Amino acid sequence: MPEPVLRLEKLRKSFGALLVTDDLTLDVMPRELHAVIGPNGAGKTTLINQISGLIAPDSGSILFHGHDITGMPVDARARLGLARSFQVSSVLPGFSALENVALAVQSRSGSSLRLFGRAAEEAGLNEPAMAALGDVGLAERAQVPAGELAHGEKRALELAIALAMRPKILLLDEPMAGTGREETARLIAVLRRLKGRFSVVLVEHDMTAVFALADRISVLLYGRILASGTAAAVRADARVVAAYLGEEME
Amino acid sequence: MPASLAASPIRRREGFPAATLPATIFLVLALLPTVTWITGGSYLISVGSRVMIFAIAAVALDLLVGYAALISFGHAAFIGLGAYAVGILSAYGFTDALVSLPVALAVSAAYAFLTGLVCLRTKGVYFIMITLAFGQMAFFTASSLAPFGGDDGLTIAARNTFAGFPVLRNERVFYYIVFFCLLGTYLFCRALVASRFGRVVRGAKENPIRVSTLGFDVYRFQLATYVIAGALAGLSGFLLANAAEFVSPAYMSWQRSGELIVMVLLGGLGSLDGAVIGAAVYLLTEEWLSAFTENWKVIFGPVLVLIVLFARGGLLGLTSALARRITRA
Amino acid sequence: MSTSLLVVQILNGLQLGVLLFLIAAGLTLVFGVMDFINLAHGVQYMLGAYFAVAFYALTGSFLAALVLALAATLAFGLLLELIVFRHLYDRDHLDHVIATFGIILFLNHGVKLVWGAAPLSLPMPELFSGSVQLADGLLYPVWRLVVIATGLAIATLLYVLVAHTRTGMLVRAGATNAAMVSALGVNIRRLFTIVFGFGAMLAGFAGIMIAPILSVEPGMGDTVLILALVVIVIGGIGSIRGAFLAAVLIGIVDTLGRSFSVDILRLAMGPSAARTVGPAVASMLIYLLMAVVLYIRPAGLFPAKGR
Repeated sequence: MPEPVLRLEKLRKSFGALLVTDDLTLDVMPRELHAVIGPNGAGKTTLINQISGLIAPDSGSILFHGHDITGMPVDARARLGLARSFQVSSVLPGFSALENVALAVQSRSGSSLRLFGRAAEEAGLNEPAMAALGDVGLAERAQVPAGELAHGEKRALELAIALAMRPKILLLDEPMAGTGREETARLIAVLRRLKGRFSVVLVEHDMTAVFALADRISVLLYGRILASGTAAAVRADARVVAAYLGEEME
Repeated sequence: MPASLAASPIRRREGFPAATLPATIFLVLALLPTVTWITGGSYLISVGSRVMIFAIAAVALDLLVGYAALISFGHAAFIGLGAYAVGILSAYGFTDALVSLPVALAVSAAYAFLTGLVCLRTKGVYFIMITLAFGQMAFFTASSLAPFGGDDGLTIAARNTFAGFPVLRNERVFYYIVFFCLLGTYLFCRALVASRFGRVVRGAKENPIRVSTLGFDVYRFQLATYVIAGALAGLSGFLLANAAEFVSPAYMSWQRSGELIVMVLLGGLGSLDGAVIGAAVYLLTEEWLSAFTENWKVIFGPVLVLIVLFARGGLLGLTSALARRITRA
Repeated sequence: MSTSLLVVQILNGLQLGVLLFLIAAGLTLVFGVMDFINLAHGVQYMLGAYFAVAFYALTGSFLAALVLALAATLAFGLLLELIVFRHLYDRDHLDHVIATFGIILFLNHGVKLVWGAAPLSLPMPELFSGSVQLADGLLYPVWRLVVIATGLAIATLLYVLVAHTRTGMLVRAGATNAAMVSALGVNIRRLFTIVFGFGAMLAGFAGIMIAPILSVEPGMGDTVLILALVVIVIGGIGSIRGAFLAAVLIGIVDTLGRSFSVDILRLAMGPSAARTVGPAVASMLIYLLMAVVLYIRPAGLFPAKGR
């Protein structure tokens, strides 16, 4: 039985009187694409924020490759190989699409405490950045300021940025949020190509994407994992159908 | 690598290569002394030196305000610290630049480091306030240094020598020393902004959370920028003390810090060239208008308000807009 | 260090605190509700004093001068809001800082042009001049007690207004989340104007009340402004309660610090060292306090927007 890449143990988080994460335990295995689904308000984004370090859990622990990262700051986790995308596009609007990705590449290639040398001209940064942009279909829009990109393009850029970090685990918070059918299909194709390279935690509402991509699915309800297993197992689970998928079918 | 694929932060002036403006500025500054050689008198030279001294501090502040979005309202404190280093060392007989310059830089860098540690834990208006507080602390410390003049300030017997040679006493030579310090500061900051380091800092201005999720410790990068800006302002202070042969707590007042921000804004934030232009315009306007009336600030105040309301990009913003209109016509 | 000196200085500290509160209240509300850094608040205080001097010269009555000056300060504040500030609410803090800095320059030199640079004075009302005996050997100026009393009265009034009236509730809501209040259909423009005008009046009132004690001169608002900014930062932006507590704290710390720093330091170092270092430490005290508070609580003690 291989060691999980990411293990969440009895994670708990309240905001005032509201319990958002309730004794949550979850394992993500190496190279698997693990989808997390659940109705709005189930605590999915809060979960991602706790894993990436933006929010500190009240109790419980997070282990990454066996190391306890529960108290680690955001940037340290990223340096360990934990990359994430944001539900609301969080690109650098004044930077071009290329420079956004080049910055991500930069974080993985040597020191950034260099005060000299023109970063914009470093082939070592620009080439991998262009490759990542190509992967998500944004190669032609490389020079466009990220703030001027269309919504779907921004979502693609989010993905490219995360990929450029050459992560060991990729946390995707609703990458298809608000994208049209074509864009969604393209993102699904990209993710399918990347499957198996590293672990992915995919939070999504779009069931087509989830069933097309996921190796395993966990269902989150009121801050707890209701059920966890293969797509077929979860679909058949009566509790899940009643609580979540059942509502969807209405 | 084709230039078009470069991910560059340098803005292009409409139709002109990026280096035109700074080249022009520095050419004008370099040739200024020859003008006075023809017209006689050294007034222009001393005004020019003063403008360039403040331009150094303004460029450093642009690094903070324009590129890192750290609105420091206590920048004048570093100028004052550099100046007082010169003054106090002189009073104790250490009159050589080889001693006082490193000390001036070290003191301002140290103060920037210590205060930066605290300031950078805050954001937004709290940051502005706490930098103001530390500026005030420096101001009050200097005001209560009775052995060094306190409120009245301290006269320096003579300008620093350089390795024993009294070269700074020659107005022209001093002018060119200041010129090369400004040129050096400018080129250094340009390189910094274009570097990997600069890219992280500029990114943090746009979206600090995003940048930290990429794996950068934003606090450290901001602290380094803060220390660099402080040290450069210390250089400005060193030159100011030598130029005026006098130091006073007024060098560190919060009004001075405000004036520095105005200089940067006047020229255009985030352009470095703008900081030099802004310093020149502000100080020359001050020279010119104060000849007419002591109360020229009654006019300048509303002008500032108008600039904020209508010309937010400063003079460079105005001229680009104008250039765009002309090239379109 | 005699007890009567200590009591006098504590009262002086309370008086300074109350004064700072009057100024900080307007500042923190404008800041909290409109997210607007108003550095020109200090000159509102100065204008209050100047208007009072001018109206006194016209009417010969302190009361008349007080009422007229309050009206003038309110009018002037509203005028500023209409012409300049209204257009800046959507801009970032740097714009606020520069624009209000420009207003400070304009008014500091403007009053110099109108009234001259020499310090002016406003006579105290006859009834309240002189001192009262608080205890054996302890005389304290009546006017200062009046200032403390009116300050506390206004603080109570403000508390009642903010906690128990509809407008007050809107102000508190606006300080927590202005966009939401606007989305709920409240006329946010009118709310802003009310908050601003009221704040300006408070600052002007502080200026009028202090004028008989201090001299009225250009730039008198500058030091007070800095102190008020320290108050609202320590107290937490948008919080009247925070502003009150911080103002009293700073008033007392600053006053006691200045009076007793040399004596206290003398316990740790020699008398001449204490005399050199004492005044410097005294003036730095409140800034050190602010730095410590911000280090522990980067958003102040009671920020309206929560921690």
